[in-house]
Amino acid sequence: MWHVIILVGIIFCAYQAVRDKRLLVSAIWLAGTSALVSIMMYLLGAYQIAVIELSVGSGLVTVLFVFAINIAGDEPIPNLSFIPKWLARIFSVAAIILIGWQLLPLLNFPINLNQDAGFQQLVWENRKADLYLQVVMIFAGVISMLRLLTDEYQIRILHKEVQE
Amino acid sequence: MNISTSMVVLIAVIGLFGIGLYCLLITRNLIRVLVGLQIMVKGAMLVLVFAGQSQGQPSLGQSMALTVIVADTIVAVVGLALAVQVKRSVGTLDIADISKLKR
Repeated sequence: MWHVIILVGIIFCAYQAVRDKRLLVSAIWLAGTSALVSIMMYLLGAYQIAVIELSVGSGLVTVLFVFAINIAGDEPIPNLSFIPKWLARIFSVAAIILIGWQLLPLLNFPINLNQDAGFQQLVWENRKADLYLQVVMIFAGVISMLRLLTDEYQIRILHKEVQE
Repeated sequence: MNISTSMVVLIAVIGLFGIGLYCLLITRNLIRVLVGLQIMVKGAMLVLVFAGQSQGQPSLGQSMALTVIVADTIVAVVGLALAVQVKRSVGTLDIADISKLKR
């Protein structure tokens, strides 16, 4: 029962995130989607990933979206896509059918909620290359954020100088 | 009708992927493109966790999902930083206007 309610919530939040005209509201709906996905992961037995997704996907990313939207502004862009909407719908439905067809064999496997104790060992010892790559990616993200914040700071200094 | 957990998860994955792809196809706003990407990646994360659980290798699926979470966050950070820079230098977030710059 809970699974179905969460499923409906996920689909509704994701649809609203795409449909809403205001970017800020879209970001909030996206955070809702992320929170519900993390609850679904918790119900699937992936407790650590659920917590990380809730804090990073629903928290950090939403803060970043709100911050960037506040800086860039919510400009009205004409509701014209590169391809006609009916063609986009056909492509989306075709992709859904193809993915459904690929995922169909997974329906035959029951979900095993028993946790094996090897998650920490797998992440910290067996997948070291992935871990190093993640560290590099995090540095790239930090440098991007610094660049973003530095320009804003410089603009403020310029404004102050002009006012003085 | 009895709906199993597997079916619910797969419907969520397919729905998230379809909605994200539709957003990518119809939008012209740079930040909204990132919203569509985020929605698609959430579907990918869910299917990785689900595949790990159903194949008897939950640790492998979860470690893959962890990598996807980190990569997805960095994509969002770099993408948003680029969007802000584009807005400052070009004055718009419309992909149609930005793509005209190369001509």
